[in-house]
Amino acid sequence: MKDLLNDWGLTAATFLPVVGAVVMMVIPRAEETLHKLVALLTTLAVLAVGVALIASFDFDRTRTLQYVVDRSWIDVINSRYIVGVDGIALPLLALTVLIVPLVVIYSWNHFPEPHNPKAFLILILILETGMVGTFVAQDLILFFVFFEVVLLPMYFMIGVWGGEARQYAAIKFFLYTLFGSALMLVSFLAVYFLSPEVDVGGTMRHTFSMIELSDWAGAGLASTTALFVFGGMFMGFGVKVPIFPFHTWLPDAHTQAPTQGSVILAAVLLKLGTYGFVRIAIPILPEAAERWAPWIGLLAVIGIIYGALGCLAQTDMKRLIAFSSVAHMGYVMLGISTLTTFGINAAIFGMVAHGLITGMLFFVAGSVKDRYHTLEIKRLGGMLLQAPRLGWVLAFSCMASLGLPGLAGFWGEFPAILSAYNPAAGLNPAVYRTYMVVAAIGTILAAGYLLWLLQRVAFGTPREEFVGDDHDHGHGHDQAHALGQGDRTGSHALGHARIHDMHLTDYLAWAPMLLLIVALGVYPNLIFRVTDGAVVNSLTALGR
Amino acid sequence: MLSHVWIIPALPALSFVLILAFGKRLPRGGSEIGIAAVAIAFVLACGTGVGWIQRVNHPPAAHEAPAAEHEEPAAGGHEEPAAAEKGEEPAAAGHEEPAAAEEGEESTAAEEGEEHHVTPPVVRGTTWLQSGGTKVEVGTMLDGLSAVMLLVVTLVSLLVHVYSTEYVAGDRRYTHFFAFLSLFTASMLFFVLSKTTLQMIVGWELVGLCSFVLIGHWWEEKPNSDAALKAFLTNRVGDVGLLVGVSILFFAAGGTFDIIGINEMANTGEIRHLLLLVASCSLMAAVMSKSGQFILHTWLPDAMAGPTPVSALIHAATMVVAGIYLIARLYSVFWHGFQIGESTINLMAVIGAVTVVFGALLAFVQNDIKKVLAYSTISQLGYMVMALGVGAWTAAIFHLFTHAFFKACLFLGAGSLSHAVHSFDMKQDMGGMRRFMPRTYWTFMIGTGALMGIPPLAGFWSKDEILAGASGLGGEGGYKLMLVMGTIGAFCTCAYMSRVLWYVFWGEPRGAAALHTPHESGPRIVIPLVILAALGAVAGFANLPSFAGESIALRFEHYVEPTAAYFPGGLDAAFRHPEFTLWIAVVSTVVGILGIGLAYLWFWRGAGPHGITERSRPARAGYRLLENRYYLDHLYTGVIAGGTKGPVARAANWVNQNVIDGLVNLVARGTRGSGQWVYTHIDQGVVDTLVNGSGATAEGSGQLLRRQQTGKVQSYGAYLFAGATILAAVFVFIASTS
Repeated sequence: MKDLLNDWGLTAATFLPVVGAVVMMVIPRAEETLHKLVALLTTLAVLAVGVALIASFDFDRTRTLQYVVDRSWIDVINSRYIVGVDGIALPLLALTVLIVPLVVIYSWNHFPEPHNPKAFLILILILETGMVGTFVAQDLILFFVFFEVVLLPMYFMIGVWGGEARQYAAIKFFLYTLFGSALMLVSFLAVYFLSPEVDVGGTMRHTFSMIELSDWAGAGLASTTALFVFGGMFMGFGVKVPIFPFHTWLPDAHTQAPTQGSVILAAVLLKLGTYGFVRIAIPILPEAAERWAPWIGLLAVIGIIYGALGCLAQTDMKRLIAFSSVAHMGYVMLGISTLTTFGINAAIFGMVAHGLITGMLFFVAGSVKDRYHTLEIKRLGGMLLQAPRLGWVLAFSCMASLGLPGLAGFWGEFPAILSAYNPAAGLNPAVYRTYMVVAAIGTILAAGYLLWLLQRVAFGTPREEFVGDDHDHGHGHDQAHALGQGDRTGSHALGHARIHDMHLTDYLAWAPMLLLIVALGVYPNLIFRVTDGAVVNSLTALGR
Repeated sequence: MLSHVWIIPALPALSFVLILAFGKRLPRGGSEIGIAAVAIAFVLACGTGVGWIQRVNHPPAAHEAPAAEHEEPAAGGHEEPAAAEKGEEPAAAGHEEPAAAEEGEESTAAEEGEEHHVTPPVVRGTTWLQSGGTKVEVGTMLDGLSAVMLLVVTLVSLLVHVYSTEYVAGDRRYTHFFAFLSLFTASMLFFVLSKTTLQMIVGWELVGLCSFVLIGHWWEEKPNSDAALKAFLTNRVGDVGLLVGVSILFFAAGGTFDIIGINEMANTGEIRHLLLLVASCSLMAAVMSKSGQFILHTWLPDAMAGPTPVSALIHAATMVVAGIYLIARLYSVFWHGFQIGESTINLMAVIGAVTVVFGALLAFVQNDIKKVLAYSTISQLGYMVMALGVGAWTAAIFHLFTHAFFKACLFLGAGSLSHAVHSFDMKQDMGGMRRFMPRTYWTFMIGTGALMGIPPLAGFWSKDEILAGASGLGGEGGYKLMLVMGTIGAFCTCAYMSRVLWYVFWGEPRGAAALHTPHESGPRIVIPLVILAALGAVAGFANLPSFAGESIALRFEHYVEPTAAYFPGGLDAAFRHPEFTLWIAVVSTVVGILGIGLAYLWFWRGAGPHGITERSRPARAGYRLLENRYYLDHLYTGVIAGGTKGPVARAANWVNQNVIDGLVNLVARGTRGSGQWVYTHIDQGVVDTLVNGSGATAEGSGQLLRRQQTGKVQSYGAYLFAGATILAAVFVFIASTS
């Protein structure tokens, strides 16, 4: 069993979704329930593989790659099929394999127009392959392929199942990311040609192996060249994160994407970029990273403030959440830009936390849209009265998102701020301390826009247009039970029957995320313990 | 026992979860779980207090240290808290301080108050997170300070729980209310038991969350949710200081959050003074917001929108003293940062002194009884900060201790009154209440007397100790300004509380009080009042001045003030204790009585220049200034918050868009002819003019047909790879020539 897992575990996690997709392709389109079942079983199987991988992961050796498989792939350019996970990749892999089945569960009765569960679920499965593959790939070309595989399904998801301006948003998402990827590919090729040849089966050849390249760590590379090469990667990963000022595709993509697309986008896709920095850019080109770092840090803190101000200016709930991603990813990038273990550990924690929390917020936004058919903040109100549980989930997610200690968001945010006080040797502390203060001020704004959102959406009383009967307007308050336990009858008595509270699929899909947000918040070492060794390892080249 | 204090916060935390899960199905809506949990916590806290007293009386010698207790050696210079946690090292504090160690050895036998006992705190921790091999711990630290906080929090919380079963009976969110009372209690206990500064941040913000939720308990009405938001956001402003201050101390102390470690390093001078100063100033911002110090106090009066038991528990007795506790816990940092021992004026003392007077003045113009009490709380918190600022550590904690009882008594009394008349407006709906509600009246009178500082009630002893500290401590000449401000504060306190008594209990019933005869509240309201009033009357005897005789004098100081090396006392010659000074006690009492007398003349006798605000322009201006609360709310809500939300957010968007737009246009002009504003939505068409253009072209090309799109995507892919190859070739060329 252990051997099977070692040899096939990661490959199975990566390609099982494709198998599921192929099966679904031969099933007629009308068999909707069957499609849902196949998709669910496939993603659950991937989750099971993921759990098995975590269970037999050696947590005493998080710094080394485990489950490594190294096979010949494109021999002509010596690009190999190398997969493996260490402490950096594992939390993100876990996040991915968890989120996708939850999205499938949520979708059960919530397929956006034009419906067609078959195509929709196939896209999600292909997406999963791309995401898992990106996190396990240890070869630059393999990484690039998976990185790009993600684009197409998401493109169709937005473009076909999206909102009114879906075509525009989809093209924008696609082109912008592709633009970054092009430069990234250039950098990969440059790294390939500029790095020394290594011994492959007796002959000396160039390599795309991230393991070999990290060992090389840019030694002997002219510093200008290294700067350019890093710049290419910066564009590729930076657009994906997205780093200010390359973020403008994000609000459009999120706003137009169907709920499921938004959740996957926020929860996993944005992390591909930050993961790229931690996994590829910094270990392979540490010196260039050091020169770039203050600028990345600057863009990060601008993003924090800019994103927050952008949130304050929004009138659409989903767009506000999208902008908040810009601010949150700013904290992640600030942590990364310190090039310290504390900062990068915090960044990885921040990625997972942001994935869960913002994913959750998008779920809630999707449910609000389902029920109210609008996300216009000023038309909403009193959700805690009409759909109390949904309202409480929103309140919880907002609190988590603003970085409340005891919930996951805090452990990505505060350590990142903390680490900026004392960045890696070679970085100017005065600059970073300024960043620290700015980032800390960003937490006020974060609380501002999230609580303001909460106040307008959940507090107060519902608007006229969303109140069904009108015979009990006057005494409605006194009967309402806000907490929601056994509230069904209360809602009916209030005439709020039009707004349904959480469905069964909501409970199933959200409970794991909510529990994880609490668990990670209460005991952050769940992730820090995993990432620490690998992060230390990824920074070893920096001291040289 | 003392190493298992983690059970005390765990109980209400468990109760929170249970109430949320099952509360609604229980006959009493979950309140029974909350009361049971807090009651047990209170009993355990008492046990802890007794255990601590025994520990002070019989400090453990090194070899006697029980294995379960991880003693924190007081020897300075441990950068690695884990290394210091072995528990095998000699536990007697002052290891490197021969004099102190000597006394520590003798202290088992010696019981005199004069003797310098060294009682190491009981510390216990476990790894919370790790980074770069450094482990950050979460755990408990028990010493006199945390023990006394445990007692105060659990006792007041228990009484408030009991009180609430009647006060919020029938409320639409009864279960929810008790759930969050439990969560608050747990968070507060977690906070006071903090072993690390990181843990303090967590507790600090969690109590803030509970404050937010409970202020906004009736969130259907916008003013309530506004008040809740204001409280949270104002505290967030201060939290920036907390985050920055903790970060500075973390690195200044060589990478540790450990409270004892940081304090010891501050004491031994291993941290540069500048760092301590900056950290102290940053932390002061946090204190100002949480503990309602001028100018970040504005949220506290608004917080009275919450239910009255919440005001008593959170916004008077416990949460708002978190700032005081923070200073007290990290006192070595502030002591050396502000050079409290040598100076005659410093930031902390000034903030406290200003708050004492400015808060008290605002209390004069309030008609809402809870608002008077809120400003009174602000003013009293000012006394505590001032006391810490002048070096009177014990006086501050002692005042915190007494204030918790009498102010909770007053708030709950106000709640009892409003329970009868359904209003908090003293001018409109009260008057002559002493006839209808005798028990509320008497307990309120005792609480008022204690607040005024009438001897021998509790407030007299603690306030006097603060004033004595202001006059006697510090550098040459002492903190004279603070003495003056404190005395003025005493005068104001007496006067505005007399005004409250007049409006509430004397005169003829008005408004609601006249319409239907109010009646005394039930036992679940009255009993907590009586207990708190009794404590307000006698709590002052806990720290009688030294003339009372050695066996009963200065007990509070003896048991609460830390003696180990993480506290400046005993190590720094400048650290002294205030001596009871007769003339200060007499003067402050006389001044207070003068305040009562003037109020008596004004209200009861109708004497004095009534109507002066209509006749005199300066008087009117002064009144307007107070009525508008120094215009701070206008500044914060209107100018700062409104400005950020509105113009600044929009302008920042605009500027960002246009600045970047210029750059992008430059690039875009080469590839496309026009950079038009296609889409005028916020954050549109700026950075992405280039993308806009392509998007528009694509959109114009027709409907989204999948095949067509796929074709397009493929050609993009082809371009991409072609471009990439060319660029790569260029790169290789550059690289090979450079």
